[in-house]
Amino acid sequence: MQIASQLAVVCRDIHKTYVTGSTRTAALRGVELEVRAGELLMLVGPSGCGKTTLISVMAGILNQDQGDCRVFGENLLAMRATQRTRFRGQNVGFVFQAHNLLPALTARENAAVPLLILGVKRAEALRRAEHFLELVGIPEKAHVRPAQLSGGQQQRVAIARALVHSPRLIVCDEPTSALDHVTGQKVIELLRQVALDGERALVIVTHDQRIFPYANRIAAMDDGRIEHIAEQTPLAVSQSLARPLEP
Amino acid sequence: MNRIALQMLTGDRAKYAGIIMGIAFASLLITQQMSIFVGLMTRTFSTISDLGQAEIWVTDPKVQFIDDVKPLAETKLLRVRGVNGVEWAVPLYKGLLKARLPSGAFQTCNVMGLDDATLIGGPPEMVAGTIQDLRRAEGVIVDEVGARTRLAKPPARPGEPATPLTVGDTLELNDQRAVVVGICRVSRTFQSQPVIYTTYSRARRFAPRERKQLSFILAKAKPGVDPAELCARIEADTGLSAFQARDFQFKTVRYYLKYTGIPINFGMSVVLGFLVGTAIAGQTFYNFTLENLRQFGALKAMGASTWSILRMILLQALFVGLVGYGIGIGLAALFGRATRGTELAFRMLPQLLGITALAVVLICILASMLSILKVIRLEPAIVFKS
Ligand SMILES: Nc1ncnc2c1ncn2[C@@H]1O[C@H](COP(=O)(O)OP(=O)(O)OP(=O)(O)O)[C@@H](O)[C@H]1O
Ligand SMILES: [Mg+2]
Repeated sequence: MQIASQLAVVCRDIHKTYVTGSTRTAALRGVELEVRAGELLMLVGPSGCGKTTLISVMAGILNQDQGDCRVFGENLLAMRATQRTRFRGQNVGFVFQAHNLLPALTARENAAVPLLILGVKRAEALRRAEHFLELVGIPEKAHVRPAQLSGGQQQRVAIARALVHSPRLIVCDEPTSALDHVTGQKVIELLRQVALDGERALVIVTHDQRIFPYANRIAAMDDGRIEHIAEQTPLAVSQSLARPLEP
Repeated sequence: MNRIALQMLTGDRAKYAGIIMGIAFASLLITQQMSIFVGLMTRTFSTISDLGQAEIWVTDPKVQFIDDVKPLAETKLLRVRGVNGVEWAVPLYKGLLKARLPSGAFQTCNVMGLDDATLIGGPPEMVAGTIQDLRRAEGVIVDEVGARTRLAKPPARPGEPATPLTVGDTLELNDQRAVVVGICRVSRTFQSQPVIYTTYSRARRFAPRERKQLSFILAKAKPGVDPAELCARIEADTGLSAFQARDFQFKTVRYYLKYTGIPINFGMSVVLGFLVGTAIAGQTFYNFTLENLRQFGALKAMGASTWSILRMILLQALFVGLVGYGIGIGLAALFGRATRGTELAFRMLPQLLGITALAVVLICILASMLSILKVIRLEPAIVFKS
C-alpha cells in the first residue's frame, strides 16, 4: 500500500541523558526507528530501557540531546516552544497509563479538552466529544465524572480524548497495564479499530504480551536502543466490537 | 479553558472551601483591625467633631491636641472678637474635675463650660432635658454612658444593678453642689471619662482657682470670609494658634499616632492578619496547584500553552480572591453591626475596603506566584510518569 509506506515518524541516532544532580542516566543511546503511517507499532522492552523517553521525544514533549526526530517531516527540535506546543495540539493524541483525566470534568468535557485547547467553540467541541464517546462505546457516560467510571471506562474516555481532534499520531504509554485482561483486550481492540484510521500512526508502549498480536510491528528496545523489529500480520478485531465508523 | 479552570477549582468542594476560608479570614482580620484602629482614632477627636458649630478653634500656640489644655488669658477673647472677619467668638472651658458622687466616691470627669450667653458648644444630642436648662442654678448636663456607669448611684439593695444618675440628682464638683438638669448623648472619647456640661462661669467656679481658665476660644467666620485666611489673620493679630475644626482633628490624630504606641500595635496586628491570611490562603492555593500539576502537565502535553495555563491559575486566584474578599468584608461588616453601641471602637470607612482589596490582590499574587513558577518549569513529560 502506498499510504502505509509513508513515514509518520523518523528517528535517527536519538540520544537523551537525564541529569539529576550529579547522576547522569543515559536513557536513549542512538535510537534508529521509523513509524509508518497507518500502522500500529508496539514498543516493548525491560523496565527502564527508555521506552517512555522515546515516545516523549516522538510526541514533542521532551527534547533529545542529540539526533534528528522528524514527525510528518517536521523537525520538532528546530521549532520554537510555542510552535511545538501548537504542533502537538494539532497532530498528537495521548493515552497515558494513569489516564490523566481531569476529575472535575465530565467524560464528555474531558474528551473535548483537546478541541477546547485548539479554540473550538464549546458547543461544537462537546458535540464532537459525544460522537467519539459513542465510538468508544460509552455514550451513556457522557455526563459522568471520572471517579464514577471503571478503569476500563476511564481508558475509553482517554481514547476518545486522544482521537477527538483527529491527530495524525497517537502515542500510548501502557494503556492496558492498569486494566484486567478482558478489559485490556477490549481497549486494544478499540484502539486498533477506531484509532487506526487511514494514515494515522499508533505507537503503543507495553509490557502486556497478551496484546502483542494486535501490532503490525513490534520494536524491541533494550538499554536505550532498538534491538530488533518484528513484522507480523495483526490479529483481526473480534466481531463483537466492530462498529460502523462514521466520519 | 476559563471554564475548565473554574471547574477544576470548584470540583473539590472541601479544598475550594479551604482556600476561600483562608482569604475570607485574612480579609476579615485586616478589615476588622483597621476599622477598630480608625474607630479609636476617631474617638481621639470626638470632642472636636461633636462641637459642630465651632468652625475655628483658637488655642495656645503650644497646644498639641484636644486634651492638651493650656489656658489663655480672658483678654484674648476680646482680641479674637476684634479680628476682622470674625462673626462671633465664644469661650470654652474644658478640664478634668473631680466629682464627688452620692456614694462618697470620687470620679474624674471631663467638664465642658459653655459660653453663658449663647451656650455654643453644647452636646450634639439630648436624651433628657434641654440645653437651655443649663441656665438654671447649679445646673449640669451629664452624658448618658457616664450617668449609667461611673457616675451611677449605688444599688438600692446589694447585688442589684446600680441606678443611673438622672435629672434632679445632685453631685459635688470640687465641694460645690451641682444639680443634674439634663442627660445627653456624646460620641465616645478616647479616654472615655464621663462628660459634664455646664456654663462657662459655673465651670470656672467648679475649677480650682487659677490665674487663667479660658481653655479654648471657638469662633466662626463671617459669611464670605475664607476660614483658612481668617485663621491666619487670628494667628497674626493675637499670637495664638487658630485651626479649622478639621485641621485640629488631624493635629490630634497625628499626636496620638506619633506619641502613643497605638499605631505600632495596631499596625502589627494588621500585618499579622495579612501574614496569617497569606500563609493560609497561599498555602492552600499552592497545594491546590501542586496537586493539579499533573493535570496542568496533561493540558500542556495536549497543546495548551504555558501562557494559557498561567491564565487559568490567575483566574482561579482571582476568583477565590473575589469570593473570599466578599465573604471577609461581609463578616467584618456584620461584626461592626453586632458590636454597635458597645465599648468597641469600630469605624469601617470605604477606603478600608479598598486597602483590604489591595491586600487580597497581593495575597493572591503571592500565592499564585509560587504556583506559576512551578507551572512554567513544568515538563509536559510528567504525564507519562506513573
Ligand atoms: N525525569 C527523569 N529524570 C531522571 N532519570 C529519568 C527520568 N525519566 C526516566 N529516567 C531514567 O531513564 C531511564 C529510562 O526511563 P524510561 O522511563 O524511558 O524507561 P521505560 O522503558 O519507560 O521504563 P518502564 O517500563 O519502567 O516504564 C531509566 O533508567 C529512568 O530511571
Ligand atoms: Mg515507561
